[in-house]
Amino acid sequence: MASSAPADAMTLRSRIWSWVTTTDHKRIGILYGVSAFAFFMLGGFEALIMRLQLSGPDAGIVSADTYNQLFTMHGTTMVFLAVMPLSAAFFNFVVPLQIGARDVAFPRLNAFSYWVFLLGGLFMNVSFLVGAAPNAGWFGYANLTSAQFSPGVNVDFWAIGLQILGIASIAAGINFIVTIVNLRAPGMRLMRMPVFTWMTLVTQFIVVTAFPVITVALVFLMFDRTFGTNFYSVAAGGEVLLWQHLFWLFGHPEVYILILPAMGIVSEVIPTFSRKPLFGYAVVVYSGLLIAILGWGVWAHHMFQVGLGPIADSVFAATTMLIAIPTGVKIFNWIATMWGGKLNFTTAMLFSVGFIAMFIIGGLSGVMHSSPPADLQQTDTYFVVAHFHYVLVGGAVLGLFSGIYYWWPKVFGRMLSESIGKWHFWLTVIGANLTFFPMHFIGLLGMPRRIYTYDAALGLDTMNLVATIGAFAMALGSLVFVGNVLWTWRKGEAADANPWDGAMLEWAMPSPPPVYNFSVIPTVKSRLPLWSEDGYEPKPLPEDPPGPIHLPGGSYWPFVTAVGIIVAAAGLLTGSLWVALAGIGVLVVGIYAWALEPFEV
Amino acid sequence: MTHAEATHHTSTGLDSRKIGMWAFIGSECLLFGSLISTYLVYQGKSVAGPTTHEILNIPLTSVSTFVLLMSSLAMVLALAAVTRGDTLWTRVWLATTALLGLIFLGFQAYEFTTFVHEGLTLQTNLFGSTFFVLTGTHGAHVAVGVLWLLSLLVRSFQGKLGAEKALNVELAGLYWHFVDVVWIVIFTVVYLLQ
Amino acid sequence: MSERLQHDEQAHPGVGTYLTVAGVLTVITLVEVGVFYVPAFQGLLAPVLLTLSAVKFVLVVGFYMHLKTDHHLFRVIFAVPLLIAMAVMVALLFLFGVIAL
Repeated sequence: MASSAPADAMTLRSRIWSWVTTTDHKRIGILYGVSAFAFFMLGGFEALIMRLQLSGPDAGIVSADTYNQLFTMHGTTMVFLAVMPLSAAFFNFVVPLQIGARDVAFPRLNAFSYWVFLLGGLFMNVSFLVGAAPNAGWFGYANLTSAQFSPGVNVDFWAIGLQILGIASIAAGINFIVTIVNLRAPGMRLMRMPVFTWMTLVTQFIVVTAFPVITVALVFLMFDRTFGTNFYSVAAGGEVLLWQHLFWLFGHPEVYILILPAMGIVSEVIPTFSRKPLFGYAVVVYSGLLIAILGWGVWAHHMFQVGLGPIADSVFAATTMLIAIPTGVKIFNWIATMWGGKLNFTTAMLFSVGFIAMFIIGGLSGVMHSSPPADLQQTDTYFVVAHFHYVLVGGAVLGLFSGIYYWWPKVFGRMLSESIGKWHFWLTVIGANLTFFPMHFIGLLGMPRRIYTYDAALGLDTMNLVATIGAFAMALGSLVFVGNVLWTWRKGEAADANPWDGAMLEWAMPSPPPVYNFSVIPTVKSRLPLWSEDGYEPKPLPEDPPGPIHLPGGSYWPFVTAVGIIVAAAGLLTGSLWVALAGIGVLVVGIYAWALEPFEV
Repeated sequence: MTHAEATHHTSTGLDSRKIGMWAFIGSECLLFGSLISTYLVYQGKSVAGPTTHEILNIPLTSVSTFVLLMSSLAMVLALAAVTRGDTLWTRVWLATTALLGLIFLGFQAYEFTTFVHEGLTLQTNLFGSTFFVLTGTHGAHVAVGVLWLLSLLVRSFQGKLGAEKALNVELAGLYWHFVDVVWIVIFTVVYLLQ
Repeated sequence: MSERLQHDEQAHPGVGTYLTVAGVLTVITLVEVGVFYVPAFQGLLAPVLLTLSAVKFVLVVGFYMHLKTDHHLFRVIFAVPLLIAMAVMVALLFLFGVIAL
């Protein structure tokens, strides 16, 4: 049954319940977006404290121990709780609309993924409340993470928390692969799909193949810590490098998981605001595919300093240099799209153009890392911190903000303020460059990463101070964005179906879309349905559906099942067999009830 | 059911759940691949404790391997039975598959306890850690499969597993055969190629 | 859907094929175990056993999981992660010095 009660008629309690039980991809997308943004602010707050601590030598803001927790949680939060779920917000809201579907293939599994993510993120952050936040770095190298060298529960929170998040990601990965492969509207061949949908498909394929590897690595870690196994035990003949290989086998594809969705967004925004189709669509799609495949062959470039030997070093240097090619190709395609186009620098467009500029810089420092001898100096210094922040902040975050401004009218039916948006953009971009550009120099001058202070005699004071000021500028930018949201929530200009005159199917229906999305599933005839004369039919889509549309309605079993997982995890964390069994019990009940309840997609 | 299906266009003409199950199986290739890789990387590197030659029981494991292989036969016969609407033989073959799976697990439990008595535990050495985690993960997958099959058996007795629900059996079958196939690799790599 | 399934089923192997495959699997398993115990084969153990188990793998996946007769999409969805897993395994074996060129 579709949710039909008008908002005012629903009590607060029934409104909350409708969100807890929702299986509607649009609502789940909003849930992901709000949660991810909250975690983004949390991760940013952690960064600000770090930057305050590093604003001068011996600043004395936090202890070394606290600092370890801050940089570990900042990295873990930004990667797993901010960027990935923010991308998921877009997968959820936009992809079914772009492919002409009513929802994803498995709506309850979709809700399940969200709740597991949220509960997993909260689980990991509860560690702060007990003063034991993860503190071994976001990539938790063995054997620092062993029971011997990390005796507290910090690393347990981290390992178990990541396993929980992995479940959410793999489930969503399967869901979106099936959705994109199987639920496209008639006429939407694969090579007619919007690039954002293509990049989503590629990303999910990377997710379902890469996450199992870190699952295994974390199982080994937890077994070593809890049951005394020997996976990373040097005394027993084990190798700590096993962790590094398994982690980076996951970790490198992970960075493509982080960037490809943002690249997909940019591939939508740039053509719209250049009034020109994407230049070289097929090349952009194939580049994405190539990046996903080649991304499996470069992982040991994170390990150039461990002594892999000349053959391994050379092989991975070569593959790393190779992968710069498809990435670079996309940049040329976006620039060529803008060339000769009628450019409209809306906030969304500014963020996408900013992406291109900053990602180029991040890519260049990345290529510098691909040379093992050069990397020997750069790795584990602020140079690599500069590199990955240029690609992740200058790249992924800017791309995601571009998507936020672009699709906000469609999601909420209101325009964000363009003038406030421009403040947001310039504060963020100037702030980001102020923060991260000096880090190239700081790093080459020898400042290692993950240190809580530095000596005044090193001469790094000014550049560190500049970086701190930049960080606060970025923070201000994000606050300006929050202001934009609050200001326009009630007073913003109402959005029509296609405020940007976009080409893809999501712009063919009202803003926000009705719960059933399309009144009639369109038949697609072109890669640019709304920009082509006969791009799709029926044109226009009828205002009301011709007959009743069946929608599956809500379910609370995904939420219950997710709770079961968290309870089991808590049992594992605290070493309490009863709690673990209770959690598994809830999980099993949840799965059976889910499988047996009448639920028709 | 038919009305909903008539209005449900799919891009491939295939059932979404089957595509989803294959995607899951693809994911599991990486899971078991990582576990098997670790086993191989650490093979022969234990500094103390029992080694493969001393402790692995090939005749016993050959029997359990055969049992698991035959369970795959039973599984696919169950699918054939449910597809043609044969209630009796669906139940017989589902029960047989589950029983053979349980026998396999029984062999494994016996093997594990024997090894522990002979001085090989999770903690003893690299072989103990990698062996028990690899085969234990596989065994856990078999156990989940047995539960799934028994659930299908119950559904059949409730009259809820007719020919139109054949896909439910097919999905369980895909999972079951994959778990069997992983064992084929483990048996070769761990037991025969010591 | 039942129509589609029937169409699939017409292409599916019959019970006779399943039994034949079971027989072949049994024979190969016996051969594998036999090879393991025959001293003359010790040098060739790895390639012979890997080949035999690969044959078993293909038989189960092809006939019991119906990959041979089903839509080719399933073959792609299975093959790509499988190839990645095998490549990763080989790479790790090289990186840890278990095999060398």
